[in-house]
Amino acid sequence: MIVLGANVAVNVVFWILAIAIAAAAIGVVRSPNVVHAALFLVVVLAGIAALYILLAAEFVAWVQVLIYIGAIVILFLFGIMLTRAPMRATGDLDNSQRLASAVVALFLFGVIAALMVDAYGDKEIKLNSKLVAVGNTHNIASAIFRDYLVPFEVVSMLLLAALVGAVVIARRD
Amino acid sequence: MALNNFLILSAFLFCTGIYGVLARKNAVLVLMSIELMLNAVNLNLVAFSAFNSPTQSVRQAASGQVFALFVITIAAAEVGVGLAIVLLIYRNSRTADLDQLDEMKG
Repeated sequence: MIVLGANVAVNVVFWILAIAIAAAAIGVVRSPNVVHAALFLVVVLAGIAALYILLAAEFVAWVQVLIYIGAIVILFLFGIMLTRAPMRATGDLDNSQRLASAVVALFLFGVIAALMVDAYGDKEIKLNSKLVAVGNTHNIASAIFRDYLVPFEVVSMLLLAALVGAVVIARRD
Repeated sequence: MALNNFLILSAFLFCTGIYGVLARKNAVLVLMSIELMLNAVNLNLVAFSAFNSPTQSVRQAASGQVFALFVITIAAAEVGVGLAIVLLIYRNSRTADLDQLDEMKG
Protein backbone atom coordinates (compact mmCIF):
# COMPACT_ATOMS: atom_id res chain seq x y z
CA MET A 1 0.00 0.00 0.00
CA ILE A 2 2.86 2.36 0.86
CA VAL A 3 4.63 1.33 -2.36
CA LEU A 4 1.49 2.14 -4.36
CA GLY A 5 1.25 5.56 -2.64
CA ALA A 6 4.88 6.34 -3.43
CA ASN A 7 4.32 5.33 -7.05
CA VAL A 8 1.34 7.67 -7.38
CA ALA A 9 3.35 10.51 -5.84
CA VAL A 10 6.21 9.89 -8.28
CA ASN A 11 3.81 9.98 -11.22
CA VAL A 12 2.19 13.21 -10.03
CA VAL A 13 5.63 14.82 -9.65
CA PHE A 14 6.61 13.56 -13.10
CA TRP A 15 3.56 15.07 -14.78
CA ILE A 16 3.95 18.43 -13.05
CA LEU A 17 7.59 18.57 -14.13
CA ALA A 18 6.81 17.33 -17.64
CA ILE A 19 4.16 20.00 -18.23
CA ALA A 20 6.47 22.72 -16.87
CA ILE A 21 9.36 21.50 -19.04
CA ALA A 22 7.25 21.26 -22.19
CA ALA A 23 5.74 24.72 -21.69
CA ALA A 24 9.14 26.27 -20.99
CA ALA A 25 10.69 24.51 -24.02
CA ILE A 26 8.02 26.08 -26.22
CA GLY A 27 8.84 29.36 -24.50
CA VAL A 28 12.51 28.98 -25.49
CA VAL A 29 11.70 28.61 -29.18
CA ARG A 30 8.71 31.01 -29.35
CA SER A 31 9.54 33.84 -26.95
CA PRO A 32 9.83 37.22 -28.69
CA ASN A 33 12.42 38.34 -26.12
CA VAL A 34 15.93 36.88 -26.18
CA VAL A 35 16.53 37.23 -22.46
CA HIS A 36 13.20 35.59 -21.66
CA ALA A 37 14.20 32.68 -23.91
CA ALA A 38 17.37 32.23 -21.84
CA LEU A 39 15.31 32.30 -18.63
CA PHE A 40 12.85 29.73 -20.06
CA LEU A 41 15.91 27.60 -20.80
CA VAL A 42 16.76 27.75 -17.07
CA VAL A 43 13.28 26.36 -16.28
CA VAL A 44 13.78 23.51 -18.78
CA LEU A 45 17.23 22.66 -17.39
CA ALA A 46 16.08 22.78 -13.75
CA GLY A 47 13.07 20.61 -14.55
CA ILE A 48 15.29 18.04 -16.21
CA ALA A 49 17.61 18.08 -13.18
CA ALA A 50 14.56 17.31 -11.03
CA LEU A 51 13.66 14.43 -13.37
CA TYR A 52 17.20 13.06 -12.93
CA ILE A 53 16.65 13.04 -9.16
CA LEU A 54 13.37 11.20 -9.77
CA LEU A 55 15.42 8.60 -11.68
CA ALA A 56 17.89 8.28 -8.75
CA ALA A 57 20.67 9.95 -10.76
CA GLU A 58 21.51 12.59 -8.20
CA PHE A 59 25.10 13.14 -9.36
CA VAL A 60 24.02 13.89 -12.94
CA ALA A 61 21.31 16.17 -11.54
CA TRP A 62 23.79 18.31 -9.61
CA VAL A 63 26.25 18.37 -12.51
CA GLN A 64 23.34 19.57 -14.65
CA VAL A 65 22.58 22.37 -12.18
CA LEU A 66 26.23 23.41 -11.87
CA ILE A 67 27.32 23.17 -15.51
CA TYR A 68 24.13 24.04 -17.37
CA ILE A 69 22.37 26.52 -15.12
CA GLY A 70 25.54 27.81 -13.49
CA ALA A 71 27.84 28.10 -16.49
CA ILE A 72 26.14 27.61 -19.85
CA VAL A 73 23.15 29.90 -19.24
CA ILE A 74 25.53 32.60 -17.98
CA LEU A 75 27.55 32.16 -21.20
CA PHE A 76 24.33 32.58 -23.17
CA LEU A 77 23.47 35.77 -21.29
CA PHE A 78 26.97 37.07 -22.03
CA GLY A 79 26.51 36.14 -25.67
CA ILE A 80 23.19 38.02 -25.78
CA MET A 81 24.81 41.04 -24.16
CA LEU A 82 27.94 41.08 -26.35
CA THR A 83 26.05 40.69 -29.62
CA ARG A 84 23.77 43.57 -28.55
CA ALA A 85 20.62 41.55 -29.11
CA PRO A 86 17.52 43.66 -28.39
CA MET A 87 16.67 43.28 -24.70
CA ARG A 88 12.99 44.12 -25.20
CA ALA A 89 10.43 42.02 -27.01
CA THR A 90 10.77 42.17 -30.77
CA GLY A 91 8.97 40.29 -33.51
CA ASP A 92 12.19 39.96 -35.47
CA LEU A 93 13.66 36.73 -34.07
CA ASP A 94 12.07 34.16 -36.36
CA ASN A 95 12.75 33.65 -40.04
CA SER A 96 10.21 32.92 -42.75
CA GLN A 97 10.44 29.11 -42.40
CA ARG A 98 8.28 28.94 -39.26
CA LEU A 99 5.45 26.91 -40.74
CA ALA A 100 7.71 24.44 -42.56
CA SER A 101 9.81 24.02 -39.39
CA ALA A 102 6.69 23.31 -37.34
CA VAL A 103 5.58 20.68 -39.86
CA VAL A 104 9.02 19.02 -39.79
CA ALA A 105 9.14 19.04 -35.97
CA LEU A 106 5.59 17.68 -35.59
CA PHE A 107 6.22 14.96 -38.17
CA LEU A 108 9.44 13.90 -36.45
CA PHE A 109 7.70 13.92 -33.06
CA GLY A 110 4.93 11.73 -34.43
CA VAL A 111 7.42 9.25 -35.88
CA ILE A 112 9.57 9.06 -32.73
CA ALA A 113 6.58 8.86 -30.38
CA ALA A 114 4.93 6.08 -32.43
CA LEU A 115 8.22 4.19 -32.50
CA MET A 116 8.70 4.54 -28.72
CA VAL A 117 5.13 3.45 -27.94
CA ASP A 118 5.60 0.48 -30.25
CA ALA A 119 8.94 -0.55 -28.78
CA TYR A 120 8.52 0.20 -25.04
CA GLY A 121 4.75 0.40 -24.70
CA ASP A 122 4.29 -1.28 -21.32
CA LYS A 123 7.79 -1.14 -19.80
CA GLU A 124 8.01 0.24 -16.27
CA ILE A 125 11.06 1.75 -14.61
CA LYS A 126 11.63 -0.14 -11.35
CA LEU A 127 14.59 1.37 -9.58
CA ASN A 128 17.10 -1.02 -8.07
CA SER A 129 16.52 -0.79 -4.31
CA LYS A 130 20.26 -1.13 -3.59
CA LEU A 131 20.89 1.85 -5.81
CA VAL A 132 18.25 3.98 -4.15
CA ALA A 133 19.56 3.09 -0.68
CA VAL A 134 23.25 3.98 -1.13
CA GLY A 135 23.02 6.58 -3.87
CA ASN A 136 24.64 6.47 -7.24
CA THR A 137 27.74 8.65 -7.06
CA HIS A 138 29.90 5.76 -5.92
CA ASN A 139 28.84 3.67 -8.93
CA ILE A 140 29.45 6.53 -11.35
CA ALA A 141 32.94 7.01 -9.93
CA SER A 142 33.75 3.31 -10.38
CA ALA A 143 32.30 3.31 -13.89
CA ILE A 144 34.29 6.39 -14.95
CA PHE A 145 37.60 5.38 -13.43
CA ARG A 146 37.45 1.68 -14.33
CA ASP A 147 35.40 1.22 -17.50
CA TYR A 148 35.63 4.68 -19.05
CA LEU A 149 39.07 5.92 -18.01
CA VAL A 150 40.39 6.49 -21.55
CA PRO A 151 37.24 8.33 -22.79
CA PHE A 152 37.39 10.43 -19.62
CA GLU A 153 40.95 11.54 -20.41
CA VAL A 154 40.03 12.15 -24.05
CA VAL A 155 37.14 14.36 -22.94
CA SER A 156 39.47 16.36 -20.73
CA MET A 157 41.77 16.93 -23.73
CA LEU A 158 38.73 17.95 -25.78
CA LEU A 159 37.74 20.49 -23.13
CA LEU A 160 41.27 21.89 -23.13
CA ALA A 161 41.23 22.16 -26.93
CA ALA A 162 37.82 23.85 -26.85
CA LEU A 163 39.05 26.31 -24.21
CA VAL A 164 42.13 27.26 -26.22
CA GLY A 165 40.08 27.35 -29.42
CA ALA A 166 37.45 29.66 -27.92
CA VAL A 167 40.17 32.04 -26.69
CA VAL A 168 41.91 32.05 -30.09
CA ILE A 169 38.67 32.59 -32.01
CA ALA A 170 37.31 35.37 -29.81
CA ARG A 171 40.64 37.18 -29.34
CA ARG A 172 40.94 40.67 -30.74
CA ASP A 173 44.24 41.04 -32.57
CA MET B 1 6.98 5.28 -13.69
CA ALA B 2 6.44 4.22 -17.27
CA LEU B 3 9.61 4.32 -19.36
CA ASN B 4 7.58 5.75 -22.21
CA ASN B 5 6.72 8.93 -20.31
CA PHE B 6 10.37 9.87 -20.23
CA LEU B 7 11.03 8.83 -23.82
CA ILE B 8 8.11 10.82 -25.21
CA LEU B 9 8.96 13.90 -23.14
CA SER B 10 12.49 13.59 -24.49
CA ALA B 11 11.19 13.25 -28.07
CA PHE B 12 9.09 16.37 -27.51
CA LEU B 13 12.12 18.33 -26.28
CA PHE B 14 14.19 17.13 -29.23
CA CYS B 15 11.55 18.21 -31.74
CA THR B 16 11.13 21.57 -30.02
CA GLY B 17 14.89 22.00 -30.40
CA ILE B 18 14.69 21.12 -34.10
CA TYR B 19 11.91 23.66 -34.57
CA GLY B 20 14.05 26.28 -32.83
CA VAL B 21 17.13 25.53 -34.95
CA LEU B 22 15.09 25.80 -38.15
CA ALA B 23 12.88 28.77 -37.29
CA ARG B 24 15.07 31.12 -35.24
CA LYS B 25 17.40 33.54 -36.92
CA ASN B 26 19.34 34.91 -33.96
CA ALA B 27 22.52 32.82 -33.63
CA VAL B 28 22.40 32.71 -29.81
CA LEU B 29 18.81 31.40 -29.92
CA VAL B 30 19.88 28.67 -32.35
CA LEU B 31 22.57 27.59 -29.87
CA MET B 32 19.92 27.51 -27.11
CA SER B 33 17.76 25.22 -29.25
CA ILE B 34 20.75 22.91 -29.73
CA GLU B 35 21.02 22.74 -25.93
CA LEU B 36 17.37 21.60 -25.80
CA MET B 37 18.23 18.75 -28.19
CA LEU B 38 21.31 17.71 -26.17
CA ASN B 39 19.21 17.69 -23.00
CA ALA B 40 16.64 15.46 -24.66
CA VAL B 41 19.39 12.95 -25.42
CA ASN B 42 20.66 13.11 -21.83
CA LEU B 43 17.18 12.46 -20.47
CA ASN B 44 16.96 9.36 -22.66
CA LEU B 45 20.34 8.10 -21.47
CA VAL B 46 19.50 8.54 -17.79
CA ALA B 47 16.02 7.01 -18.21
CA PHE B 48 17.50 3.90 -19.84
CA SER B 49 20.16 3.75 -17.14
CA ALA B 50 17.42 3.63 -14.49
CA PHE B 51 15.40 1.18 -16.58
CA ASN B 52 18.35 -1.23 -16.82
CA SER B 53 19.42 -0.91 -13.18
CA PRO B 54 17.50 -3.97 -11.81
CA THR B 55 18.83 -6.38 -14.44
CA GLN B 56 22.45 -5.27 -14.65
CA SER B 57 25.12 -4.78 -12.03
CA VAL B 58 24.94 -1.27 -10.61
CA ARG B 59 28.24 -0.33 -12.22
CA GLN B 60 27.05 -1.42 -15.65
CA ALA B 61 23.80 0.48 -15.19
CA ALA B 62 25.79 3.61 -14.34
CA SER B 63 27.09 3.63 -17.94
CA GLY B 64 24.09 5.61 -19.13
CA GLN B 65 24.75 8.29 -16.54
CA VAL B 66 28.46 8.39 -17.44
CA PHE B 67 27.47 8.98 -21.06
CA ALA B 68 25.12 11.76 -19.94
CA LEU B 69 28.06 13.36 -18.12
CA PHE B 70 30.18 13.13 -21.27
CA VAL B 71 27.40 14.76 -23.29
CA ILE B 72 27.14 17.57 -20.72
CA THR B 73 30.91 18.12 -20.96
CA ILE B 74 30.84 18.22 -24.74
CA ALA B 75 27.84 20.56 -24.66
CA ALA B 76 29.87 22.94 -22.50
CA ALA B 77 32.75 22.83 -24.98
CA GLU B 78 30.34 23.31 -27.88
CA VAL B 79 28.71 26.37 -26.32
CA GLY B 80 32.11 27.90 -25.56
CA VAL B 81 33.36 27.52 -29.13
CA GLY B 82 29.94 28.33 -30.62
CA LEU B 83 29.57 31.59 -28.74
CA ALA B 84 33.16 32.54 -29.63
CA ILE B 85 32.27 32.03 -33.31
CA VAL B 86 29.06 34.06 -32.89
CA LEU B 87 31.04 36.89 -31.29
CA LEU B 88 33.57 36.79 -34.14
CA ILE B 89 30.74 36.92 -36.71
CA TYR B 90 29.15 39.80 -34.82
CA ARG B 91 32.46 41.68 -34.74
CA ASN B 92 33.04 41.21 -38.46
CA SER B 93 29.56 41.86 -39.81
CA ARG B 94 27.85 43.78 -36.95
CA THR B 95 24.95 41.35 -36.83
CA ALA B 96 24.09 38.02 -35.21
CA ASP B 97 21.21 37.55 -37.65
CA LEU B 98 21.79 34.30 -39.52
CA ASP B 99 19.62 35.38 -42.49
CA GLN B 100 21.99 38.22 -43.26
CA LEU B 101 25.11 36.05 -43.31
CA ASP B 102 25.05 35.08 -46.96
CA GLU B 103 28.58 35.91 -48.13
CA MET B 104 29.07 32.32 -49.28
CA LYS B 105 25.94 32.35 -51.43
CA GLY B 106 27.11 31.90 -55.03
